[in-house]
Amino acid sequence: MPAPPLTARGLHKRYGETTALDGFDLEVEAGAVHALLGPNGAGKSTAVGVFATLTRCDAGEVRVAGHDVRRDAVAVRAAIGLVGQGTALDEVLHGRENLVMFGRLHGMARQAARERADELLEAFGLADAADRKVSTYSGGMRRRLDIAAGLIRRPALLFLDEPTTGLDPRARNEVWQAVREIVAAGTTVLLTTQYLDEADQLADRVTVIDHGRVVAEGSPGGLKRRMGGDRVLVTAPLGVDVEALASSLGGVAEPGLRQVVVEAGPEGGAAAVTAVVRALDTEGVVVDDILLRRPTLDEVFLSLTGTGPTTEAGVPVPGASRPAELHPATEGGRS
Amino acid sequence: MTAVAATLRQSWIITLRDLKHWQREPWTPVFSVLFSVMLVLMFGYLLGGAITIPGGGDYLPYLLPGIFALSMMFGIEATMTAVANDTKKGVTDRFRALPISGAAVPLGRAGADLLNSAVELTVLLVGGVLIGWRATGGVGGTLLAVALLLWFRFAMLVIGVFLGLTIRGEGGVTAVQVLVWPAGFLSNAFVAPESMPAWLGLVAEWSPLSATAAACRQLFGNPTGASGGFVADNAVLLAVLWPAVLVAVFTPLTARAYRRLAR
Repeated sequence: MPAPPLTARGLHKRYGETTALDGFDLEVEAGAVHALLGPNGAGKSTAVGVFATLTRCDAGEVRVAGHDVRRDAVAVRAAIGLVGQGTALDEVLHGRENLVMFGRLHGMARQAARERADELLEAFGLADAADRKVSTYSGGMRRRLDIAAGLIRRPALLFLDEPTTGLDPRARNEVWQAVREIVAAGTTVLLTTQYLDEADQLADRVTVIDHGRVVAEGSPGGLKRRMGGDRVLVTAPLGVDVEALASSLGGVAEPGLRQVVVEAGPEGGAAAVTAVVRALDTEGVVVDDILLRRPTLDEVFLSLTGTGPTTEAGVPVPGASRPAELHPATEGGRS
Repeated sequence: MTAVAATLRQSWIITLRDLKHWQREPWTPVFSVLFSVMLVLMFGYLLGGAITIPGGGDYLPYLLPGIFALSMMFGIEATMTAVANDTKKGVTDRFRALPISGAAVPLGRAGADLLNSAVELTVLLVGGVLIGWRATGGVGGTLLAVALLLWFRFAMLVIGVFLGLTIRGEGGVTAVQVLVWPAGFLSNAFVAPESMPAWLGLVAEWSPLSATAAACRQLFGNPTGASGGFVADNAVLLAVLWPAVLVAVFTPLTARAYRRLAR
């Protein structure tokens, strides 16, 4: 059996007074997207730096594709692709020239590096821009080229450190699409993100990190299940007694919102909606809206770390600390 | 492929990348040459009439070897800025995450900067000949002078890489850009140290820049502006030793700065 792409045990790293990693463990399985989810300063980038041999940890052991990051750094570097925060590309060189240079530095012959570069430019939709300076690229194009550069030598493990931070929604979708294609082609990806919907969209497995420690781990679905089941939200029109409606539907009234919240049973949200519709039909009540509400990773995150999700600038999203039911942004958060 | 051959191959790939920068954005090296030309015009023609060289001789042939050496010293800025930009933008980290020799990145930089300086020096030498400067020290002396200038540039390169790796933020870059001026004037590049107050003249006489400039004046057969003394008698030796000392001091410091990126 081949060595797992990455195992980390008991990582500790201090920067002066600040503890960046505090007994951090991680195991990444082959062929999957593993998301490292946490707020700013949680230790995500420090962890990636240690995994990619850029940062020495104070204690702990990391093996990447079976190689120890300290004793066998060169073998680790040959097995990984690193796409760091911000785009680490040569702005003056053309897109193709960047890829060829990184390929040649990986030991590829000139011709092989060119062929691989063209292949990646095509795959990432950059063929038309291949012979332009990177400084003329849009944010999304740069990020895709950055990811392509990380893939030049078909790494066993690709690190993507906050790949969509600072991108507009369209560019973010382009990057997500690129990540899905990478995984479909068989590369294991370790992704760090502070965006919950990003982990939800891309990851097979999520490790939630805060203050340098693992606070939760599991599949996105599993983490959400920890937060309880689905809910059906029924909005009653004016003139309907919300309390009475709540008792007939077996839910809880929110009179201020003219809303009834029905917790779904173990059979799930769809069954709960069916039951609510049947009950409404029997009662002969016409309602304004019926909404099936699944717990989002935002809620999981909030309950695990005590911090709300943050915007790109690191300031809390307005209203993020309000109850999730009152927060329409989490509802539309998936795009 | 042996480790040395592999390192050289990797260095060359990085040198080609750095050279491509000058090909794509030629204004940086062009301005660097124009700047030296401007100094020649300012000091040679505007101020030079008021400057006399101790021991006699014209000012222009005294000035030009000083400008050659000074332009090598100013190369420290180009090296530092390029290294600092790569570090800031994460390009250095990307190189560090590649399975290449740790020496390849600075060696590649050194190759590109030395080639750039060699071209700049050629332009300045030809320009000097056009305005009447002559090297009368013979082919051997002239070649040795050019070699000493590039050797001095190499020492500046090592310091430039060190500063580029350690200086953070625009303030540090600006500070170096300002400080090269007093360092340039506190030398024999523009005027003879004998014309300065004694203690200041002593400092200026012993500067590494002065050593290279004085050696070049001797080897090119230009006025030296010095009437003897240890420094004047051993200018070529000092022009060999000074850069060697700087390289010996700053190479381990640079290696340490590179390793400290992993902190």
